[in-house]
Amino acid sequence: MSINDFKLDRRLLMKSGLIGGAALTAPMHFIKDAHAADFCNMPAGKSVTLGFNVPQTGAYADEGADELRAFKLAVKHLNGEGDGGMINTFKPSSLKGNGILGKKVEFVTGDTQTKSDAARASAKRMIEKDGAIMISGGSSSGVAIAVQGLCQEAGVIFMAGLTHSNDTTGKDKRANGFRHFFNTHMSGAALGPVLEKEYGKDRKAYHLTADYTWGWSQEKSMRQATESRGWKTVAAVKTPVGAGDFSQYITPVLNSGADVLILNHYGKDMVNSLTQAVQFGLRDKQVNGKNFEIVVPLFSRLMAQGAGDAIKGIFGSTNWNWSLKDAASQAFVKSFGAEYGAPPSMAAHTCYVQTLLYANACEMGGTFSPTGVVKSLEGFKFDGLGNGPTEYRAEDHQCFKDVLVVRGNEKPTSQFDLLEVVEVTPRAQVEYDAKMLGGSLGPVNAKPC
Amino acid sequence: MDAIFLQILNGLDKGGAYALIALGLTLAFGTLGVVNFAHGALFMLGAFCAVSVNKILTLQQIVLDPTQKTAWGTPLEIRTPYVESWFGDFGLFLVDYSVPVSLLVTIPFMLLVGIVMERGLIRHFYKRPHADQILVTFGLAIVLQEIIKHYFGANPIPQTAPSIVSGSANIGLWIGLGESVVYPWWRLVYFGFSALVIFAVFAFLKFTTFGMVVRAGMFNREQVSMLGINIEKRFTIVFGLAAVVAGMAGAMYTPVLPPDYHIGMDFLVLSFVVVVVGGMGSLGGAVTAGFLLGILQSFASMNEVKSIIPGIDQIIIYLVAVVVLLALPRGLMGRKGVMED
Repeated sequence: MSINDFKLDRRLLMKSGLIGGAALTAPMHFIKDAHAADFCNMPAGKSVTLGFNVPQTGAYADEGADELRAFKLAVKHLNGEGDGGMINTFKPSSLKGNGILGKKVEFVTGDTQTKSDAARASAKRMIEKDGAIMISGGSSSGVAIAVQGLCQEAGVIFMAGLTHSNDTTGKDKRANGFRHFFNTHMSGAALGPVLEKEYGKDRKAYHLTADYTWGWSQEKSMRQATESRGWKTVAAVKTPVGAGDFSQYITPVLNSGADVLILNHYGKDMVNSLTQAVQFGLRDKQVNGKNFEIVVPLFSRLMAQGAGDAIKGIFGSTNWNWSLKDAASQAFVKSFGAEYGAPPSMAAHTCYVQTLLYANACEMGGTFSPTGVVKSLEGFKFDGLGNGPTEYRAEDHQCFKDVLVVRGNEKPTSQFDLLEVVEVTPRAQVEYDAKMLGGSLGPVNAKPC
Repeated sequence: MDAIFLQILNGLDKGGAYALIALGLTLAFGTLGVVNFAHGALFMLGAFCAVSVNKILTLQQIVLDPTQKTAWGTPLEIRTPYVESWFGDFGLFLVDYSVPVSLLVTIPFMLLVGIVMERGLIRHFYKRPHADQILVTFGLAIVLQEIIKHYFGANPIPQTAPSIVSGSANIGLWIGLGESVVYPWWRLVYFGFSALVIFAVFAFLKFTTFGMVVRAGMFNREQVSMLGINIEKRFTIVFGLAAVVAGMAGAMYTPVLPPDYHIGMDFLVLSFVVVVVGGMGSLGGAVTAGFLLGILQSFASMNEVKSIIPGIDQIIIYLVAVVVLLALPRGLMGRKGVMED
């Protein structure tokens, strides 16, 4: 057949096109993530970039600084530097100490300023300009929910830092978002039995509540937990965030007939309201024949430092505390303390853990694709990260684990020894039906940017 | 009745802080004609004078104990306060009274800050529009805030009142209202302190030659200068005095509200409303409006009031300002011709 006999008809053209196309793309089918920009910020070179979005200015700057220390330590350990911290205790672990999927881990940081709009702007910059494939951090539920929404739209994974509102993995949950930190429902469920045991069933509670998503969520959970045990709620008063002087909200408590004050405040508000409640002599008061008590449902060691002696003897809950004696916690405290000269806060702990969990999920799925990461994290059961056996529930992307009930230490042995763990509440006691908090995860967004 | 009485007390101690800041603002405005947005930062600097004095008095000697280890494996630090080992009981007394003792440092320090601020920055803006003055002093306030945050961190730093006044006074028993009416001793001390400082400033301006010259200068600067009196120098000292008043107010407020770098800005906005309601340039107006708005704000926070008008506690001050300015455009005691050019 000479070349002149060759006829190119439509059928032959289609066959050739199909065969040629398949031949050209064949190598790509055998290499995961080898397609150009299959998903947002797919790592192309020898490194992968993570984005750490924490409050570097504003009221939570100290907490943000501790979170950033933990992120840096996690990156160091992932890259095989330092003593490895909790990588040595984490199981089952696919981490190899050579970065993530062989790529060196690098990071960029953003300042949330504890403001939703600023946090979204810095996360957007890290995703669009710096090529961050995962965003983590935050010290406020309002910020976390805002950034989680942005990450969902952008098609990157959001590993929440300190966010305690039920809504983060409740009505505002998203398929691309995961939370290791506990929530207000768990705080209530853990504190309820301890409060009943310590203070009895016949109590009248007065709530002062920060007037935003976390405060409402915390008040609701505490009311459920206490009212179901026979306590009565005398009043629940919303206070503006950052009120400073709470005296005008505390004086009505004196004549309300309440014998317990529940402060649904966090951060600076908690420091101020607790200090002032103690100054008004509430803890020296006798009401209804009982000692007047104060409860702070969410405790943080960094905030406890601000409240000074006022914190002593007061009950609350926490996600983790550096005084825990398990091997994982001790490994983390040793590593963090040697690096920075102080033990980590609970905010630092959750950020460190989230970074390791993300890296491990990539290794497990052999991909950076959000679809693969979500698949690896959903239902993932692990141990050795300081909270005992833990599970990332597939239905709402919330971690379930034991919760710590703590009390302000009456006799601290050091400037860091401010909280005493009084009970480790088992996971079964704080677990709830995923449908209870509403919301829908929706589909995973793994589209290119 | 008990609740109303307690809210009046709340209003008085809060109003005391507003009045002291507004007094300083009005002094600076009345003498130099400067709208000083850095005045809140002076309140904050005063508060951090108290923090610094406390930190110095509680400086500790650190000895490493190799036989004991921290959780991260370094030798344990054994800390002993220097002041306790040097002065014994007197050292402990100084630590206990660190807030009132800090006034000995706050007064000269704030006087110096005020004078340096006026000579170094403010005087270059006398003849500039008020908008320029606001911008430059607001910028200065941000710089001072950031410096404090750099050295002291962002979290509030609690200060304790002397142990003798750390509890609550059973005021109810004194006036026959029952045991439920209690009020923190230190807040009563703060109210008394505010009243004393306000009285001292008024007495200084009213009964001293210096004060007479300053008042004359406030009324007609040119005429006083023509008499051969260096009125600029006196106004500089008055600016320093305004800084001292703000600084003392801040230092003594620390046991009420643990200070952080932002504390001045929180008070500044409300204090400007106080000055405007009282009448620009009127010292009496600033003090009256300070206490009035403090009390109104406390009443608006009562559950009974909030159940009728939700959220009233957050807008009451601004609402009153609108009503007062509609009825009395110069404020409660404003003088004709001030800020009307």
